[in-house]
Amino acid sequence: MIISIPKETQASEKRVAIAPDNISAFAKLGYEVVIEQGAGENANLSNSAYEEAGARIVDDATTVWSQGDLVLKVTPPSIEEVGMIKEGATLVSFVYPARNEELLKKLGERKINLLAMDCVPRISRAQSMDALSSMANVAGYRAVVEASHVFGRFFTGQITAAGKVPPAKVLIIGAGVAGLAAIGAARNMGAIVRAFDTRPAVKEEVQSLGAAFLELDFKEDGSGSGGYAKVMSKEFIEAEMKLFAEQAAEVDVIITTAMIPGKKSPVLITEEMVKSMKPGSVVVDLAAEGGGNCELTLSGEVTIAHGVTIIGYTDFPSRLPTQSSRLYGNNLVKLVQLLGNAEEFNINQKDEVVRGALVLDKGKVSWPPPAIETSVAPKKKPEPELSGTEVVKKSNPLLSGGFLLGLLAVGLLALGWKGSSEFLDQITVFVLACFVGYMVVWNVTPSLHTPLMSVTNAISGIILIGGMLFMAGANPWLAGVAIFVATINVAGGFLVTQRMLKMFRK
Amino acid sequence: MNEGLVTTSYLVSGIFFILSLGGLSKQENARRGNLYGIIGMALAIFATFMSGKVSNFELLIPLMLGGAIIGAVMAKRVEMTSMPELVAILHSFVGLAAVLVGVASFLDTTHTSLEGTDKLIHEIEILLGVFIGGVTFTGSVVAFAKLRGSLSGKPILLPFRHFLNLGMVGASIYLGAQFLGQGHDAALITLLIIIAISLVLGVHLIVAIGGADMPVVVSMLNSYSGWAAAAAGFMLKNDLLIITGALVGSSGAILSYIMCNAMNRSLANVIFGGFGTGSGGGGASSDIEGSITETSALEVAEELKDSTEVMIVPGYGMAVAQAQHVVKEITETLRDKHVNVRFAIHPVAGRLPGHMNVLLAEANVPYDIVFEMDEVNDELPEVDILMVVGANDIVNPSALEEENSPIAGMPVIEAWKAKSVIALKRSMATGYSGVENPLYYKENCRMLFGDAKDSLGQVLSGLN
Repeated sequence: MIISIPKETQASEKRVAIAPDNISAFAKLGYEVVIEQGAGENANLSNSAYEEAGARIVDDATTVWSQGDLVLKVTPPSIEEVGMIKEGATLVSFVYPARNEELLKKLGERKINLLAMDCVPRISRAQSMDALSSMANVAGYRAVVEASHVFGRFFTGQITAAGKVPPAKVLIIGAGVAGLAAIGAARNMGAIVRAFDTRPAVKEEVQSLGAAFLELDFKEDGSGSGGYAKVMSKEFIEAEMKLFAEQAAEVDVIITTAMIPGKKSPVLITEEMVKSMKPGSVVVDLAAEGGGNCELTLSGEVTIAHGVTIIGYTDFPSRLPTQSSRLYGNNLVKLVQLLGNAEEFNINQKDEVVRGALVLDKGKVSWPPPAIETSVAPKKKPEPELSGTEVVKKSNPLLSGGFLLGLLAVGLLALGWKGSSEFLDQITVFVLACFVGYMVVWNVTPSLHTPLMSVTNAISGIILIGGMLFMAGANPWLAGVAIFVATINVAGGFLVTQRMLKMFRK
Repeated sequence: MNEGLVTTSYLVSGIFFILSLGGLSKQENARRGNLYGIIGMALAIFATFMSGKVSNFELLIPLMLGGAIIGAVMAKRVEMTSMPELVAILHSFVGLAAVLVGVASFLDTTHTSLEGTDKLIHEIEILLGVFIGGVTFTGSVVAFAKLRGSLSGKPILLPFRHFLNLGMVGASIYLGAQFLGQGHDAALITLLIIIAISLVLGVHLIVAIGGADMPVVVSMLNSYSGWAAAAAGFMLKNDLLIITGALVGSSGAILSYIMCNAMNRSLANVIFGGFGTGSGGGGASSDIEGSITETSALEVAEELKDSTEVMIVPGYGMAVAQAQHVVKEITETLRDKHVNVRFAIHPVAGRLPGHMNVLLAEANVPYDIVFEMDEVNDELPEVDILMVVGANDIVNPSALEEENSPIAGMPVIEAWKAKSVIALKRSMATGYSGVENPLYYKENCRMLFGDAKDSLGQVLSGLN
C-alpha cells in the first residue's frame, strides 16, 4: 500500500503532514511512502532528508494524489485536490466537517474514507493522536513568542547597571493545552504569569507551571465534556468580566484561548478593557478563528487599537512549521498504527477512536459519531493515606514486644536458678555477642549487603574448629567431613568477598 | 600452647570478627574489614592446632587443604550474577558441618561424665545444633537449586503444608523429649530420626517460597547458619564459636528484617504465604487507563543525549540478561557528554541483598553514583529520563496508590515522578507478584521491548 504526502496548497500553510523521522515507522508497518517534491520545504525539511529516510519523491501533485491508497495531509483538501484523489482511497487530515459540507459531498462522490484529525475523540487512549492538542501546544508557545516580539520591553525582570527592569505581567485566559503551553513559555522568559480558567480542576496544573491561578468568589464548575469548558451562567460571567477588567488595567500581555467547539468564541476582553490597558500592551487572541475573545480582534490580522497591539493570527501552528510538522507526523503515525499494517489495513469502526474520527465511510457521511462516554473530570485520586516510608516504619522487632522480653526474663531467671555457672557464662557471651552483632550490622551500608553475607558465611565456617576438636575422637571421619565442607566455606567466603570488594571503586 | 593462651587467642579472633563486620560499614574500609576476618580466622585455626587437643593431622591437613582449594576455585570461577547461588550453597555447608559436629559430639564419650542439669543442657544443645543445621543444610540446597534454575522458581505447595510443617516440628519436639531420657544407643537412633525430619523440613519450607523472595530466604538461612554455629559452640563450651555464631546469626536476622521491610511483608508472610497463591492477586488492577507507548532504541539514544539528569533502576532482569556491562558503557558515554547518570537500587532488587550493587561494581560502575531508594526518591521529579532495566514490582505505583493491591504498602522507587520513563522489558508479562504495573500505562512512560542487553547495545551504538 502507498501512503501519499502531497504538498500543502493553502496559502500561508507551511506545515507538512509528516517529518522524515516518521517514515521508518510507516515502513515498519509495510507502507511505501510517496511524497511530493518540496512538500517539506517551508518547514525546513528537505527532499533529501525524506529520500534518505526511505520515501520516494514525486514531482507533480497529480501523481502523488492518484497513487496514494492512504493520503495524509494537514489542512482539508481543496476542490481541485479532491479531483485528483484515487477513488476509494483513505484520506486523513484536519477536516472541520461542520464547516465543510461542500467538501464532504465532493469527497463522498469519490467513495473516500475520510478520517478527521480534529474529530479524534479526546479520551486518554487517543492522547497520542490528538492533533488538536499537539497543535494547541505549539500555538500556545508561539502566542508568547508573537507577543514578546511586538512588546517593547523584556519579559524578565533585571537589575542592571543601567537601572531596574520590571518583569512583564502576563494574563492567560483558559488553561487548556494552549493556555498551559503559553504559561510555560512565558514563565520561562521570566514574566509574572497569572491564569484564569472556569474549571477549578486545572488550578494545580497552572500552579505547577509557576503561574498564579486567579479565582472568583463565585462558585461554579465549568468542566464540560471532551476537554472543553462549558458555557457558564450569567452571574458567573459578570463576575468573570469584572476580574478581567481589573486585570486588564494591570497586566502587559493578555493571551486568550477560550474556544467553544462549533460556536462563536465568547467575548471576554471588551473595547473598554483594551482602552484601560497601558500603551504598548499586547493582546494575543488564540480564538480569532471563531471570532475572537477580544472585541477588537480581526481574524488573521494584527491591529493596533488604543495603543494596544491585538494579534489575531489563525495560523499559529504553521508559524512554527518544523515543530508542528514533527508533532503532527507523530500523531498520524499513531493513528495509522490503529488502522493496521499494509496487509491488514482496516478501518475498524468498533474502535471508538477510529469511529470518532471517521467522517466519511466509503463516501457515506458518518459524522457526527454516536456519543461515547468520556471521563468528565479526572477522577480524584485517593490520596495514599500513608506515604511509603511511613508504612514501613514499624518499631524494631528486636527491641519491641514486651511479651518477648518478659519471656526472655523468665527464661533467664530459670537458667540462673538451675544452670551451672559455666553455662551461664556462655549465655552471657552469647547474648552480648548478639547485641554487638546487632549494633555492628545496622551500620553496614546496604550496597555492601552481598559482601556482608559472604563474609559472615566465611566466618561461620569457624565451626571447623568444632570439627577439629573431634578429630581425636572415635569418629574422625564424621569430624573430617565437617572440617572439609567448613574449610570450603572459609576459603570460598573470604576470597569471593575479597574479589567483590576489589570491584567497588569510586 | 597452654589453655589460657588458646582462650586469649580466641578472644582476639572474636574481636577481629567484630571489626571485620564493622569494616563493611563503608566502602572505603570494607577491604580492610575482610582482611580482619581472614586474620581472625587464621588465628583461631592456628590456636586450635596448637592447643594440643587436636590430633590425627595426617587426615586433618589434606582435608583442610582440599577444602581450601575447592573454596578458592569456587570463589574465583563464580560469575557475579551467580553470587546468590554461591552464597546459598556455602550456607548449606555450614548447616552440614553443624549436623556432623553435633553427631560427633553426641558420639564422643568424653562427656559421659556430665551429670544432672549439665547433661540435660548439653543434650538440648546437641538437639538444637543438629536440628537448625539440618534445616539450614537442605533449605540452602533447595534455595541453591531454585536460584540456579535447576528447580522451578515457582513456589511448590503441598496440600496442608502448614500442618505438615507443624507436624514435623511437633514430632521433633516429642522425639527430642524422648531422646533426653534414653540410653546411648536408643538415643542415637532417635537423634538420626530427628536429623532426617529436619532435613525434610528444610526442603519443604524452602520449596514453598518463590524466586523473588529469595533475598529474604537467603538472609534467613544466613542467620540459621549462624545460630547453628552458636549451638555448636554451646555444646563444645567454646566461646569463639558462640560469639561468631551470634554475630552471623544476628547479621542474617537483620538482613531478613530489612528485606521484609522493603516488601512491606512480615517474615511469616514470606515463609508461609507465597505470593499469588491465596486470595487472587491483581484483581484490582483491571481499571488501568491509557495505553502503552512503544519507543525505539535510537529514539532513546537521542533523548539520552538531550538530557541532563538520567537515573537507571536495575532489577533482576539486568542480571538475567547480563546487561550490566552495557549499562556501564552507556553510563560512561553519557557522563563524558556531561549527563549526570545515577543509579537507584531497591533493597530487594535481584536475588540477594545488595545483589545489584555487586553487579554494577563488577561492571566498574563507581559506587558513588549508586544510590539507595530512600536517597533518591525525593529527587526523582528532577530526573529527565529514568530507565528501568529489568525491574517491575519495585517501580509499581499500585504499591502506593491501590489499597487492595497484593503489594500495597511496599516502598517502591517512585519512577513515575520522573519527567519521562523508559522501561526495558522482554514482554508485557507481570512481575513476580503477578500484579499489573500501571507505570507502563502512564503518559510519561514508554516501553522498549526486547532483551535488555540487545536493546541497550543498540542504545549505546545510537549514542556513539
